Amino acid sequence: MAVATETPFHVLAVDDSLPDRKLIERLLKTSSFQVTTVDSGSKALEFLGIHGEDSSPPVSVHEDQLEVAVNLIITDYCMPGMTGYDLLKKIKESTSLRDIPVVIMSSENIPSRINRCLEEGADEFFLKPVRLSDMSKLKPHILKSRCKEHYQQEQHQQSDSSSNECSNTTNSSSSSENSNSRKRKAEDNEEVLPQTNRSRHS
Amino acid sequence: MAAAALREQLNALLASMFASGLVDEQFQQLQMLQDDGSTPGFVAEVVTLFCDDADRIISELAALLEQPVVDFDKVDAYVHQLKGSSASIGAQKVKFTCMQFRQLCQDKNRDGCIMALAVVRNEFYDLRNKFQTMLQLEQQIQAQQ
Repeated sequence: MAVATETPFHVLAVDDSLPDRKLIERLLKTSSFQVTTVDSGSKALEFLGIHGEDSSPPVSVHEDQLEVAVNLIITDYCMPGMTGYDLLKKIKESTSLRDIPVVIMSSENIPSRINRCLEEGADEFFLKPVRLSDMSKLKPHILKSRCKEHYQQEQHQQSDSSSNECSNTTNSSSSSENSNSRKRKAEDNEEVLPQTNRSRHS
Repeated sequence: MAAAALREQLNALLASMFASGLVDEQFQQLQMLQDDGSTPGFVAEVVTLFCDDADRIISELAALLEQPVVDFDKVDAYVHQLKGSSASIGAQKVKFTCMQFRQLCQDKNRDGCIMALAVVRNEFYDLRNKFQTMLQLEQQIQAQQ
């Protein structure tokens, strides 16, 4: 799988403290990330394309609507209004955003807080003050989510091609053969990729 | 003054700041990030932002502690903020005082809080003075080059 190395990964950093925002921005830029900083959870959601965060059915945003793709979100936990945990929940509730890895930062080492965030789907928890060495932990999460995304896209293409079999002869027959063999592989490798959506393969 | 002499002054100042526990290794992180070359004004910028932030918080704290009935939750929230930003830039002494200050907030000890505020203010002013001297020396050294 070819991973584009020219375009740097884009991180959205959320922190209400100005000195902290400056610091995280510099840490990320020094580590070759493209950075956008915002000072609140609601501004983060705005940037990500979710509006009206108080409404109960989460608004699903198509990825094409995001002007700039965000590869990772790093947020402070303690913020007035919407905490980092609240933001995390909103992101995980959104069908288009839930696969973006989220890292929580906090100056307080509270195990129950850390566990709660990890259980809600946070990929990593950094204790503040954040240091340069912490930045190397970010890329693996981005790459992992990209692998997952790529696999899911492949699955989607297979189910599309098999459903179009009648309309499109030669192309679909060869691709459906391939998709069948990939299907078997996917099922064999179930334990490796537990998120296989079985219902598509009928 | 010659750049070498200025540099010696700057190094002595920094050494004393570290030795006295005024700043810790997190401040070294900031220096490292600047020494990387791409952002010469980084330390100056963050330090200035911190000082403005701390100044604002200290004023808010003073106002809150003057109230007839003190809202300790608000006081605690501000002290938490100051503790966080001081930790982020490596302002160790201020950070430690904030930790004690938070305990006094949680105990709802008004007199204790007022004293802690006085200590934090003094430590902050001392730190700010040293930062200002540091930045001036850096500017003078830069000007020589």
